[in-house]
Parts: sequence; structure tokens; C-alpha cells
Amino acid sequence: MSIEARHITKTFGSFTALRDVSLEVKEGELLALLGPSGSGKTTLLRIIAGLETPDAEPAGTVLFEGQDVTARHARERRVGFVFQHYALFRNMTVFENIAFGLRVRPRDQRPTEKVIRDRVRELIELIHLENMADRYSSQLSGGQRQRVALARALAIEPKVLLLDEPFGALDAKVRQGLRRWLRRLHDEVHVTSLLVTHDQDEALEVADRVVVMNQARIEQVGAPEDVFHHPASEFVMDFMGSVNLFHGRIESGKAVFGQLVLDHPNGGSADGQAARLFVRPYDLDIHTQRDGRPGLSARVERVQSAGPQVRVELVAETGEAVTVEMSHAQFRDSRVASGDSVYVSLRDARIFMEDYSI
Amino acid sequence: MKTDSGVWRPRADLEVCPTTEPTWLRYGLILIAVGFLGLFVVMPLIAVFAQALEKGWGVYWAAVTEPDALSAIRLTLLATGIAVPLNLVFGLAAAWAIARFQFRGKNVLITLIDLPFAVSPVIAGLIYVLMFGAQGWFGPWLGRHDIKIIFAVPGIVLATVFVTFPFVARELIPLMQAQGTEEEEAALVLGAGGWQIFWRVTLPNIKWSLLYGVILCAARAMGEFGAVSVVSGHIRGETNTMPLHVEILYNEYNFAAAFAVASLLALLALVTLGAKRLLEGKVRQDYADFAAKGVEG
Repeated sequence: MSIEARHITKTFGSFTALRDVSLEVKEGELLALLGPSGSGKTTLLRIIAGLETPDAEPAGTVLFEGQDVTARHARERRVGFVFQHYALFRNMTVFENIAFGLRVRPRDQRPTEKVIRDRVRELIELIHLENMADRYSSQLSGGQRQRVALARALAIEPKVLLLDEPFGALDAKVRQGLRRWLRRLHDEVHVTSLLVTHDQDEALEVADRVVVMNQARIEQVGAPEDVFHHPASEFVMDFMGSVNLFHGRIESGKAVFGQLVLDHPNGGSADGQAARLFVRPYDLDIHTQRDGRPGLSARVERVQSAGPQVRVELVAETGEAVTVEMSHAQFRDSRVASGDSVYVSLRDARIFMEDYSI
Repeated sequence: MKTDSGVWRPRADLEVCPTTEPTWLRYGLILIAVGFLGLFVVMPLIAVFAQALEKGWGVYWAAVTEPDALSAIRLTLLATGIAVPLNLVFGLAAAWAIARFQFRGKNVLITLIDLPFAVSPVIAGLIYVLMFGAQGWFGPWLGRHDIKIIFAVPGIVLATVFVTFPFVARELIPLMQAQGTEEEEAALVLGAGGWQIFWRVTLPNIKWSLLYGVILCAARAMGEFGAVSVVSGHIRGETNTMPLHVEILYNEYNFAAAFAVASLLALLALVTLGAKRLLEGKVRQDYADFAAKGVEG
């Protein structure tokens, strides 16, 4: 079932959590809502679930499969919701937690005890906790708890699955395992899912599409590759991974950032206009001498080679700090060491104009 | 003792206490604490029972079963029986509102809940006399309709309710604030109705603290003297509660009977203490289960 949110605005007192946000999740899709904390992503998720109501003025609407459900109570929306801190019922076993949604149905819609048992067993198998049905949540690890929470949400056969930072409280290793498991699960169950996260790796790895949010607005919507390789704004560029930032301006058709002089791709900008250059650390190469490409001279400050990549920290002649990342093989070939004077050249970069507003 | 890793560790039973205070100070402090407790708590408690049984079991039994004593016991149980359920409902409602909602005047409400703790019980009694007494605000109206509140059972119940209303609320507020609303939200999204959420999710999570509050509330309701004394009028066999009955007997130099009834109250206190001790562990469990939820494994 598709989800649509139209022109949602939400304020808490003087704080605006969402400003005229519209979003569509397609049938069967896994969409990630990505943004820093306070960007409004969780509020949007809770509005879709019916746990918060959007501001009445200007009026926003939430649609499930084209049907307006804005006025429908959370109880009747039939969404599966997974909370960051699991929110398992402490006084119930794993089994009873999962059975809860079926047991609280009105008598005429409630399945028989046997059907409930079979359904719960099935879900317990799905989350691989067969021997733990009688445990309480305090006897489970964080990863196990979140799997139970997911099974509990799926028990009511929800039309949509909403996940609020589901792996946020887990340690890195468990998080990665669960992430892959969730993706496989989604490929099996195919329920329309919306995942809120502040971890760009998680969003890029798991989602079919990514929505990047910042300060109560949506910055960009697109496939993970799009968002990563073609960020629509400085914010997205910055949020999607570490960057080197250079300040400069446009001078007679060229973008000038200190020693770096680049052809300005989309021309037309007025002379003297301020611009910013964003370069990913792995889009920089280190050479012992100039190679004709745009670049800058710098001195190597520190080499950090413990990790999957080698990080080289440099200081440019003009004072800016520059970080370069390369593979261990490249690093060995480059023969760079701390204190060397080198030449850093640019393979790829993004230029963003500063706002005209000033 | 050598362990497998070859590191020397002191055996647990030989482990040296990490405190640095000299022995005489430690034992001195313990002695002061125990001595104080013995002098001011244990001895009087023993004295109550000793005095009560001074003239033998016959006199004791007669004192607690004479009609006025029985009437006092009944009235105490009645007042407690009304005050505790009322304050249970009030406490739950107040704690729910304070822990779960943001509203104007929340701090005022929290402060007001503590009022009975801050104000002298005698004043609590006087407030009701001022309102419902013959010369009070509602006195003439009540008089015309022949409704008696002061110097009658309703006054005693009112006073008891007033003095005991913080107990349940004060137990629940911090717990419910700590627990938050996530479990209720989870139940709501799963389709549970309001009552289902209350009975299946909220109540099981707070049951021990609730019971703890109820016990403290009941103990206070039975033992309350000041507020009840003001509104009671001390009519024997009609408006005397147990503590008031003890006072009357004592003032009549009927010491054995006074201590006999007092011993009943003392017994109640001991039972309360025992129940409290048992429940404290359970209440900690309420909090601990909650804390465990946040810890990762």
C-alpha cells in the first residue's frame, strides 16, 4: 500500500518540526528518511502513524493508497511501528508481546487461540528466536529485543511498516547484521516500509530510495546512488560523508579557491560571487609534483593508516586543512610520509554558489 | 590466592573493607545509631505491649471488644476503606496527567499534591470546620437540609482523605515519568483500546509502586489523629476513631485499655512495615526492569 503525506506542517510551541513537507512512499518500497536529529523525520513518521496530528492550519493530509486517513485514529490505521527503544511490554513474554496485537482485537475479529499460536510461532521462526518464546524482554539482548519488536509489529499484518531509528540504540556490529536482515526480510515480506535514520550508511545500504531532511524540510529525494553521487545541496553533500570545504569566488568565468582554479561549469554567475567547493577525501590524489590537473601544494601533517583506508591529513600552503583518503596499495605507491611537501590534485568536486540573498 | 591467569587476587571472604575510617569510629557510629533506635523506637514499642498486657489477657480482650472500642475500630476501617480507594483513583489520575501530558499549571498541581505533607493536620481539620461547621460557609445551608458533616462520620472521612491523598500520587509520579509513554504508544498502534492499554500495559508496569502507595496511604489513614480530632467531636461510640479512642481512655486514666487499643494500632504499623519492606524490593524491580530495557546486550 502506498503512503502519501501532503503539505504537512507541525509546530511544537515556537519550534517548527515540519514546514510544508510532502512525501510519497510507493507500494512495496523501502524508503529511508535520513537527516540529523531535530530535522523533523521522526515527527513525520509519527504523523503518518497517527501518534501526532499535523497542524490544522495550513492543513496537511496523510493518504494511505489514495485514501485520506488524516482524521483516522492511530488504533485504526493498522500500521506496524517499531520504536527506537523497542517499547516491548515488560510484563509479557516474547510470545505474548507478539500475540498482543491479535489478542486486543474486538471479539468478532479476534482469531481463535490456535490461529494466534500458529501465527506467533511463524513469526518467532522468522526472527530466529525459537527457544526464547517464554523469555521476558529483560532477558534478551538489544538486537533480540528489536527483532521481537519487529515481529510484534508484523503480527497484525500491517499495511505499512514504520521504523523509528530501529537500530539506533544498538552497537555497530549488531546494527550491521540487523540491517542486512531487515533488507532480506523486506524482500520476502514486501510490506511498504518507511525507515527513519540519522546514519547515512544505513540509509544507503538498506533503502530503495532515500529522502534527506534538514531543518523541517526535505532537501533531496532519490535513489541511494543519486543522493550520494549527485547531492542537490551543500547540506546533502556534507551529510553524506566527510568533505573538504574551500571558500572562494567566481572571477571572469573561473572559480577561484586560493591555489585551486577551476573552469566554472555552469557559467553565467556574476563575477565576484562567493562560492564554495566541496571535495570528497577520496577524490583527491597526492603526488610528489604537479601533474597539470588543478591542485594545491601542501604539507603532510599526519598519516592514519589503521583502518580500511589510509587517511592523510595535510595543511595547504594557504592554511586550509585537507584530508585525503586512499587505499593501502595507493598509499604504498605514493611513498608519502609525515612532513613531506606534496602536491594534491583534484579528480572530482562540487561547486555551490552562496545564496543570492545577501 | 593464585588464579589461572597468575594474577593474585584476595579471596572474597578475606577482602579488606575499602573504608579508611578507624575501627573505633565505625563501631561508635553503629552504636549511636542502634542506641538511638532502641531508646526512641524499640523501647516504646515494647512498652506499649507491656502496658497493654499488664493486667492480663482478660482485661486486654475486654478493652478491645467493649462496644465503644469496636465502634472506634469500625469507624477507622470505614474511613480507611473510603479514603484509600478514593486516593487510589485520584493518585492514578494525577500521576497519569503529570507524567503523560504537558499542560499549564502542572507545577502548581505537583506542589498542591504535597500540601497535606506541608500543612499541620490540625489546620486541615480546621479548614473543614470553617467550610462545613455550623458557623462555616456552607453551615447554614447544610443545617437547613439537615446534613451533618462536622462532628459526624462524613467529616472524619473528609479529613482522612485530605491527609492521605499525596501517598499514591507521590509513589507513581516519578515511576511513570521514568517509564515514559512508549509502551502505551506501541499498544495503541497495535490496535488496543484505552481500557485494554490500562489493564494490560500500564497497570502491570506500576502495580508494585501502586500497592506500596496504597499501603502507606492505609497506614496513615488508620493512624491519623490531628485532623480527625478537630472534626470528630469525640462522641463515644459514634465519631471516635481508634487513635481518638486511645486518647480518651488515656485521659480517663484507663491505661491498660488505652494501651490495649494502642497495641492494635502498633500491630498494624508493624504489619505495614513488613509489607513495605517486602514491596520495596518489588518497586525497585519496577524501576530495574525499566532500566534494563535501555541497556544493550
